[in-house]
Amino acid sequence: MASETIGKTFGVAAGVCIVCSVLVSTAAVSLKERQDLNKRRDRNRNILIAAGVIEEGESASAKNVEDWFAEKIDERWVNLDTGEFTDGKDVPERCKDEIKAEKSRDPACSREIDQAGLKRRVNYRRVYITPKQGQIERVILPVHGKGLWSTMYGFLALDRDLRTIKRFAFYEHGETPGLGGEVDNPRWKQSWVGKEAYGEQGLDSGVAEPQIRVVKGTADPNSDSEVDGLSGATLTARGVQNLVWFWLSEEGYGKFLQKFRRTLQKQMTGEQHG
Amino acid sequence: MGKARNALFDPVFNNNPIALQVLGICSALAVTTKLETTVTMCVAVIFVTTFSNLSVALIRNHIPSSIRMIVQMTIIASLVIVVDQFLKAFLYDISKQLSVFVGLIITNCIVMGRAEAYAMKNPVGLSTLDGIGNGLGYSVVLLAVGFIRELFGSGKLLGHAILPLTTEGGWYDPNGLLLLSPSAFFLIGFFIWALRTWKTEQIEKEN
Repeated sequence: MASETIGKTFGVAAGVCIVCSVLVSTAAVSLKERQDLNKRRDRNRNILIAAGVIEEGESASAKNVEDWFAEKIDERWVNLDTGEFTDGKDVPERCKDEIKAEKSRDPACSREIDQAGLKRRVNYRRVYITPKQGQIERVILPVHGKGLWSTMYGFLALDRDLRTIKRFAFYEHGETPGLGGEVDNPRWKQSWVGKEAYGEQGLDSGVAEPQIRVVKGTADPNSDSEVDGLSGATLTARGVQNLVWFWLSEEGYGKFLQKFRRTLQKQMTGEQHG
Repeated sequence: MGKARNALFDPVFNNNPIALQVLGICSALAVTTKLETTVTMCVAVIFVTTFSNLSVALIRNHIPSSIRMIVQMTIIASLVIVVDQFLKAFLYDISKQLSVFVGLIITNCIVMGRAEAYAMKNPVGLSTLDGIGNGLGYSVVLLAVGFIRELFGSGKLLGHAILPLTTEGGWYDPNGLLLLSPSAFFLIGFFIWALRTWKTEQIEKEN
């Protein structure tokens, strides 16, 4: 074994650290572009799944995903504070990357909150509407929030009435496989389908009041507002509950959903009378 | 040459890291429901064991013994991060399925075990071979387990239907247990049993 002096110990430690950090950062920086592309594709793919265009687990080439996305999904900006749709041109360029916008302290991009484990909330967010033309079938809202270990990113797809959940799934999270990771369990995801995110008056009373709850243990099978908890993952399930409530509340998409619901209702009655 | 051959092939059956040393079981349970993820995991582990042994052996005479564990750990962790970044860039879907388990190669006892037990005492060439060998030993068991679990658990191999399922109009009723982690325990148990019947010297002596 090598002779040990304090100087040598420090020297070896520093040397190893430098070599390793160069190695790691080279890999991380040089592969970043490809990884981001993969991430974007995966996100679009998950939007298509939430839109019901492709089935989960169905293989779709990168080209298909891009084509279908362009063909079927209408990407719209929403101002979360006013609840209005907004032209992409009105969104400051620096706020267009939602992940960066959330982190930045720029008041034009995001503002401080303390809910769902999030410190800030963006002012502008993309929502996805399908199909592009004709009667709206689904509105897809990106949602995220803290689970136990990680920030979980998912899509909540609502029916035309903006109350009924058509699909809810996460596409990125770092929860413990087998415990919190069971948010990916197809059966659990299926249990969200058809549940009512808001009660009868939840979107019409003036203040958006979500009712959907992740209960501890088993949900009442007759209830349209309860979803089973995840055994062994109480904190992850609580995180899911918090983030769904947050995004459905006034602070999240609540204002937008109320206004959009009125617009859609007017359209519907207009069609009936006209 | 004999020594080199031993370093490379001993860990495959004679001194298998999973079957005899009983290390690295955790990931063997988690990533073997499908052969595709299993293969990726095996390649990742072979890469890490090989290069961690190589690097540790390379500087073994300079590592002060008071910080040797930390130095090994730093090297292993760096290699694992590199592998993880590669998978995210080139095999995104598989890396999503493997989730944290690639990162957990850092804590796979085989890697650390070989660095400490072998690479610290042996020259670079032999250590590298030992790294490859132990990676292969791990892979043999994982591939066997992954093969059985995917074939009989979901009637497929590498995603291609081999046994047509009753749910899809075929005749095979899949065994759901094989998709759950405990089944990997049973299979590894059977593997160890078979191996010790074949190589009786591996049986531990009774007290």
